[in-house]
Amino acid sequence: MTIDQISVFVENNLGRLAEVTGILGDANVDLRAMSIADTTDFGILRLIVDDPARAIEILRSAGCVVSVTQVLAVSLKDVPGSLAKVLAILADENISVEYAYAFITRKKDDAYVIFRVEDNERAAEVFARHGVKTAGAGELFDL
Amino acid sequence: MNYYHPDMECASREKLRDLQSERLARTVRHVYENVPYYRGLMDKRGLVPGDVKSLDDLPKLPFLTKDDLRDAYPYGLLAKPLADVIRIQSTSGTTGKRVVAFYTQNDIDLWDECCARAIIAAGGGRDDVVHVSYGYGLFTGGPGLNGGSHRVGSMTLPMSSGNTERQIQFMVDLGSTILCCTPSYAAYLGETVISMGLQDRIKLKAGIFGAEAWSEEMRRDIEKTLRIKAYDIYGLTEISGPGVSFECSEQTGMHINEDHFIAEIIDPDTGEVLPEGTRGELVFSCITKEAFPLLRYRTRDICVLTRRECSCGRTFIKMTKPMGRSDDMLIIRGVNVFPSQIETVLLNSGMTPNYRIMLDRVNHMDTFEVQVEMTPEMFSDTVKQISTRERELVAALRTMLGISPKVTLTAPRSIARSEGKAVRIVDNRKI
Repeated sequence: MTIDQISVFVENNLGRLAEVTGILGDANVDLRAMSIADTTDFGILRLIVDDPARAIEILRSAGCVVSVTQVLAVSLKDVPGSLAKVLAILADENISVEYAYAFITRKKDDAYVIFRVEDNERAAEVFARHGVKTAGAGELFDL
Repeated sequence: MNYYHPDMECASREKLRDLQSERLARTVRHVYENVPYYRGLMDKRGLVPGDVKSLDDLPKLPFLTKDDLRDAYPYGLLAKPLADVIRIQSTSGTTGKRVVAFYTQNDIDLWDECCARAIIAAGGGRDDVVHVSYGYGLFTGGPGLNGGSHRVGSMTLPMSSGNTERQIQFMVDLGSTILCCTPSYAAYLGETVISMGLQDRIKLKAGIFGAEAWSEEMRRDIEKTLRIKAYDIYGLTEISGPGVSFECSEQTGMHINEDHFIAEIIDPDTGEVLPEGTRGELVFSCITKEAFPLLRYRTRDICVLTRRECSCGRTFIKMTKPMGRSDDMLIIRGVNVFPSQIETVLLNSGMTPNYRIMLDRVNHMDTFEVQVEMTPEMFSDTVKQISTRERELVAALRTMLGISPKVTLTAPRSIARSEGKAVRIVDNRKI
């Protein structure tokens, strides 16, 4: 079970990030999670949103370079050590993490971690085998 | 006064004219008989070798441009059998193909002699230690001055470019007296010598600097920091290499080696030959070369020719430093770069041909940045993948241009379109 992550190219210009997120806000797109990878020249804004298809259309028509990536969302108990446990499982299974970012919710005691790995299918199988819960898009936006 | 070949360098105008006429007629016959490409050009104009008997007949011949070199690439303009050719040198073409120039032993000899004249004019001799920091290889800078220095009989240090601390160490340890490199590298060496506190331990007396534009201010700067006299030198691979013209003690322009090359100034738009003293495009005809004797080759360099008595005693006509170009060629760190080459690489790499070239000079060194618009194909959610694609693009540009730009990815449609080279190139270098 994977979910759509939207990545947006963001030039390192003052106010550019405000502009991009503003485009989504004006269109009433709800952001569930975000992270930014930054280099000296540009950034990659990664987003989990409620309506990926519409968000992509809006961003593209505004002239943004956008890509969609399948990522895994894992739900964890929001207690010390739970992330380390999941990462240890991945390490034991020789799965390297390209990047990850986390968010917590108001309604449940769970935390969610987004994982970007090379092979989603294998990672999902490993999670299932070790009893790690992965969440679908429905669950993330039903919080 | 010291000359390498006083009979030529100080020859009377009449003697030079007669010599040029005779050599021109001989070269025209040589190319007509040995190069089908030339014969085709002459046939088209209804010309036979007998029509060119003297200097006055030169305007009858068609011009050659870089386009001819591209069309005839690689061997189409070669005027000697391969068995007689011993060397090539190469420079940038306007797009994918480079310009390749061929040399027989005689061609190398005359090139060496031209560079030897420049070294002697800069005060060099057998006792000198000539430190050559031009690049060696396909670029003509290193091989040219290296050959000239051998011819003079000076001890030659084939340093090539880069590794500044080692350059200075050799300079100090071996007592280099004449430095040959690009003016920007000379300025950089000078500053490094000062920052290393070695100004009193170098023995340089003169420098021969060329292959890129430099101002009188820069000359004074270099002369002060390195405590030398700085001489200009000019040349291009198509004609032979450095030493086509060189500066003398008067430092008021470069004497063209007229026993080997005939210079003309033309209106770049109409092709009309302009009178002496008029600013226009420089055109050269090689009259002694064997393998690659280009006739009426348009250099695209804009300058002025003047024939005035020179205090050095040389009678060769003088050209000013190139004041600009009649095409869009850029000289970056001494390397010729055409924007069309960058366009070719971008298109081959699946990028938009929308780019901007940013040039600046930091600490006397050129900085070279190519801004390209990010495309969906190049974009990825991971920095790793984008950097890999960016590095591939830099590598492709380096292969094409011979120097590496910094590539900066910009937002789509952030670079203005279809407004010509005015916005494509932002040159902030204060030369």
